Amino acid sequence: MTQKRVTQHPVLEVPKGEEVPFTWNGKELTGRTGEMISSALFANDIQIFGHHHKDESPQGMYCANGQCSQCLVIVDGLPVKSCMTPLSRAMNIQSVEGLPKVPPEDTPQAFDPPEEIQTEVLIIGGGPAGLSAAIELGRLGIDTLLLDDKDRLGGKLVLQTHKFFGSVKDSWAGTRGFEIGRILEDQLKELDSVKVKLNTTAVGVFSDGIIGAVQDNRYVKIRPNKLLVATGAREKMLAFPGNTLPGVFGAGAFQTLVNRDLIKASDRVLIVGGGNVGIIAGYHAIQAGIEVACVIEGLSEVGGYKVHADKLERLGVPILTNHTVVSANGTDRVESVTIAMRDENWKAVPGTEQTFKVDTVLIAVGLSKVDEFFLKAKEWGMDVYAAGDAQEIAEASAAMFSGKIEGVKIAKALGKYDNEIPQEWTEKAAILKSRPGKAAQRPAPPQETGVMPVFHCFQEIPCNPCTSVCKEGIIHTENDAITGLPHVTDPSLCKGCMNCVAICPGLAVTLVDFRKDPELPIVTLPYEIDRGRVEKGNTIILTDVDGKEIAQAPVKSLITKKKYPGTLLVQVKLPKEIAKKAVGIRVQEQPFPAEEVPDTSALPDNAMICRCERVTAGKIRQAIKNGVRDMNQLKAISRSGMGACGSKTCRPLVWGIFREEGVDLKETTDRIDRPLFVEVPFGTLAGTKGDK
Amino acid sequence: MTKKYDAIIVGAGSTGVPTAMALGELGVKTLVIDSHPSPGQGENKHAIGGIRATHSDPGKIILGMRSLAIFSTWQETHGDDIEWLKGGYLFPVYRQEEEAILKGFLPTQKEFGLNIDYVAPQRIMEIAPGITKEGLMGGTFSPEDGSASPLLAINAFYRKALATNNVTFRFKEKVTAIAQAKGRVTGVITDQGAYSAPVVVDAAGPFSRELGKLANIDVPVFPDCHEGAITEPVKPFFEAMVVDLRSAPGSKNYYFYQSRHGQLVFCITPDPPILGTDTRETSVFLPQVAKRMVELMPRLKNIRVRRVWRGLYPMTPDGSPILGWNRDLQGLIHATGMCGQGFMLGPGIGEIVSRMITHQSTTNDNRVLDEYTLYREFGGKEGLQ
Repeated sequence: MTQKRVTQHPVLEVPKGEEVPFTWNGKELTGRTGEMISSALFANDIQIFGHHHKDESPQGMYCANGQCSQCLVIVDGLPVKSCMTPLSRAMNIQSVEGLPKVPPEDTPQAFDPPEEIQTEVLIIGGGPAGLSAAIELGRLGIDTLLLDDKDRLGGKLVLQTHKFFGSVKDSWAGTRGFEIGRILEDQLKELDSVKVKLNTTAVGVFSDGIIGAVQDNRYVKIRPNKLLVATGAREKMLAFPGNTLPGVFGAGAFQTLVNRDLIKASDRVLIVGGGNVGIIAGYHAIQAGIEVACVIEGLSEVGGYKVHADKLERLGVPILTNHTVVSANGTDRVESVTIAMRDENWKAVPGTEQTFKVDTVLIAVGLSKVDEFFLKAKEWGMDVYAAGDAQEIAEASAAMFSGKIEGVKIAKALGKYDNEIPQEWTEKAAILKSRPGKAAQRPAPPQETGVMPVFHCFQEIPCNPCTSVCKEGIIHTENDAITGLPHVTDPSLCKGCMNCVAICPGLAVTLVDFRKDPELPIVTLPYEIDRGRVEKGNTIILTDVDGKEIAQAPVKSLITKKKYPGTLLVQVKLPKEIAKKAVGIRVQEQPFPAEEVPDTSALPDNAMICRCERVTAGKIRQAIKNGVRDMNQLKAISRSGMGACGSKTCRPLVWGIFREEGVDLKETTDRIDRPLFVEVPFGTLAGTKGDK
Repeated sequence: MTKKYDAIIVGAGSTGVPTAMALGELGVKTLVIDSHPSPGQGENKHAIGGIRATHSDPGKIILGMRSLAIFSTWQETHGDDIEWLKGGYLFPVYRQEEEAILKGFLPTQKEFGLNIDYVAPQRIMEIAPGITKEGLMGGTFSPEDGSASPLLAINAFYRKALATNNVTFRFKEKVTAIAQAKGRVTGVITDQGAYSAPVVVDAAGPFSRELGKLANIDVPVFPDCHEGAITEPVKPFFEAMVVDLRSAPGSKNYYFYQSRHGQLVFCITPDPPILGTDTRETSVFLPQVAKRMVELMPRLKNIRVRRVWRGLYPMTPDGSPILGWNRDLQGLIHATGMCGQGFMLGPGIGEIVSRMITHQSTTNDNRVLDEYTLYREFGGKEGLQ
């Protein structure tokens, strides 16, 4: 069987891990050594990892981030999180059917009590914020320990194949996210005072000032003087019938499978949520050869950057606003999804349902802060700081600034930095967090001679790499503000170097060259999808900024600039009337037809709220109707939030039901969170070192 | 005008709620006041759920047996599942010291009709598969004891109390004074109002001393802190509450069982005790208890611990409850100082208190009340803490 892997990718290198055999429920399969078990299973088209002990519902991947326990499998007799456990040769892997058995290993154990480590600064999380903070602290020679639960640094930067917005000077705009991660890692390597522990999961923070962490099955107690929480964000879930079927997962989880592990996790997805995360996930899907049926957004406008949305629409992906998801349908896994228009109460409008055949539904309806370490440490009275998404949900470029700022704040608190924190940093962080402005139509320059860039960039966002790479210095944003829209001051000076076309993160700059043939100018378009489609001579569909087809034309030539190898520059000749309008190349040539709408009698109350303990919306709603206002009491009677994830997923959904029931949240009491935030075996806590 | 009740209970916890239920059933108009937002949010929810009649003193054996009867028949009588599990209590013995202690209790325990025996190592290993064989001398086993969910049980009692239509609960309200006139209680005053009643029941657990001070009464309840935790669920492989009475550096006994959900729930007694009311989790507990549990039952090493919490034991100087009428302030009943056994004794206590208020106390009740009076010598020490 061909494995479900991404075998060619326009941007990412396809890893060639060693093929190793393993067994799944006794069946011989192969995977790649070192890849996560979940990815090896997905590669073999296995997405059902077991069945829940309470209702036998199929279980599969959910967070892909080690935070929930939905992806448990049994490896050589023991349950493990498949998303956090690397595959090795001849592993015997089994699905978890009901509750796992405890292996009868009764040999007395020898112990080595957990080590206690002191450090000046502890940083939890090696993503953009944690790395940036560590670099600042390292530059000041401050003793710093950085923990990350993954096998590499970079956090979610690792998953970002697209070029970043922001500015070249401050936040590596125009550079792809995963490359930025490497740059930061390289900078950190030079700094001796920072120690990094990978594969190390912080599991709890205690009132005696200790952070518990697990590295290679060893429990360590870390006592920092200052704590920086840079743990990022987790994805919010939505309540709808079928929402826990294997095949419904977060857009970030999907990006982990596709972009980190190069797994073709789906054949066709539907994306719920038109923010940057959802739109970018759609773009990443198409880069990996996965079809995108559509993106739906509940609001009347997409929340993400317009350039991101345009980029996706130009590829042929419809973005449907004012839509909501009705249900994910299927017996054992997602087979289709039903969507509908929504009314002003966010309920589906009957008669507007549409069903699409997809195997995967990506939920991208926002992020919540991973702030349990911060809040607990604060409650315990520790000197704790937060940076990046753990502080405020924003773009990764903003996280890098907040990391720098918090890093320096810590240095100041330690008396190791006398100056003020550069105000410029705070200002830049604020700009990078700013919401995009209103979309404005701007006419292309009227000239039909010479050569010039055309900007299909109509919304103010913090982004200006085009201005930095112009050798002639003729590209400027309005008032030279980073959020200003770009324009060319003097087109006659343009030499047609194409740097601006190649660097634009939004793929929103084209070059129109009238020099050879003023009637049929050459248009240069950026392209980051399967290169097989745009070979020289192939006829391609060209679209305007909104994805409307405006012409078909053969590819005249292809250019790759050394500095920007991921962006192919495709040249076509187009009549002058439309040359300045063309900006996209359609990849999904036909929209996917809507299927017949299946039985939609599934009630919204069937939606799963607490996926760990299988508590439905109906059960929570009934308790609220009966007068429950204390989340702790709700937990006591329903078990919602008592599972492995500790309410990370269900808490926002429960608040949603309180609101739906018209309860004033002031009457309610929030639940109390306690360590551990990630489960740890007794043996690890005890410090077992094997049989006596 | 203040609202009038027949009785006011201070504390909607392990003792207060079953007491309210018992009073409501007897038609006593009862008000329960608690500063928490819902029932059982003080120490009840920190209890791990063990329920036994296997005590060393007659009073607690009586209370325990009555409570057991209520817990074990709750579902068939009232319909709600409170996750009762008749798994028994197992006290394994590895040293002569514990053997002597446990065997010493057997005559009293048997006299009161407890089903308990000292059993051989082979039997212990059947009850607790995987328990360390080396040095195992035997132990006591009482199969009628068991466990239930404190969370579900208190909510079931709460609903039952409400269903009598005689009980009112006021949450998020703090008692600021005990109203009295001519040597009698006349009600309580809270941060939100005043309520009158001829009887006030102190079911304030760890905060009974503070409550007593409002009436210039010294109630010798001195809370100390215990941490507990729960694991992921695994396929059930034992049912008993396993209690290891041995001491080790930093701790005394510890105990654990596997709940109906397959989760192991466990707790340890710190040595020396950690006095006070600090319920913030520390980093000490988990490695400490994990080592002792894996030493006793090596196969536990692969089970993952999910969540930890810290709760308070309302301790009295001799380790036994304080139960009965106050002699100086008429109408005040003490039902406190359960020393970590409030959950398992609560239903039995509730019935005794309800009969005190309705003047129906039995001989057995009086025996218990004599044993746990506030006016006893607190010199002794409860054997099976």
